[in-house]
Amino acid sequence: MSDFQVSVKEVDDVVVIATDGYLNNIGGEKISDICDKHMEKGVNKFLINLEKTSVVNSIGVSILIEIIEKLQDTKGKLAYCKLAPIVEKTFNIMGLTKYSTIYKDEEAGLSDLSA
Amino acid sequence: MGTSPKVELSIPIIPDMELAATQTSEVVARHMGLGQDKSDEIKMALIEACINAFEHSKTEEGQVEINFTIEDNTLVIKVTDQGVGFDENTVKIPKIEQKIKSDHKRGWGLQLIKELMDTVEFESTDEGTTVTMTKKK
Repeated sequence: MSDFQVSVKEVDDVVVIATDGYLNNIGGEKISDICDKHMEKGVNKFLINLEKTSVVNSIGVSILIEIIEKLQDTKGKLAYCKLAPIVEKTFNIMGLTKYSTIYKDEEAGLSDLSA
Repeated sequence: MGTSPKVELSIPIIPDMELAATQTSEVVARHMGLGQDKSDEIKMALIEACINAFEHSKTEEGQVEINFTIEDNTLVIKVTDQGVGFDENTVKIPKIEQKIKSDHKRGWGLQLIKELMDTVEFESTDEGTTVTMTKKK
């Protein structure tokens, strides 16, 4: 039933991951795998565009917490943009915004992260 | 209307089947005239309740029963599993500061349900658990 898709692009020193579909455990692991591969190459700034992900669950979001933990070792950054209101509310309840940043759109995120 | 409108749903314990429940909640919320934000909060809480029910069941057999009842201006949702039950009092309130350095990063379901719904009650025995949650119009 899950049909979670991602597309990845690099803009300067930031990896932008655009998702499409339900962010559950499978979706979270896909994002985590992408981050791991880039971290191995020394990249430590990630912007996740969740415009096409209107539904999440806490298991998928918990995997983002794992990514935050890994990035703390390299002083990296995880950020998100284009969040649906319920996704933003979920991130706030779970406290992700204490350790990562929500931007309005990719442009705002890239502008800040690349600085 | 003389009686409270009800919708009964039974879903198998199959990954992502919680989304079948959220499709029903969307229709019920629309019928009640609930706004998008409230409908989305119900969907998110329902996803978490279903996932918990799947996990409590500790088996891939069996079903999770979901009942939607519209009582005046309140939507009452009951999610029932036939699992091993749990003691709500043993569930710690999750904190990201603790989770971030812990091997166990999950365990957010109850907290999300409590934050997103107006009321939440649990009835649990060793024969199963019913979560009753409500949302006012």
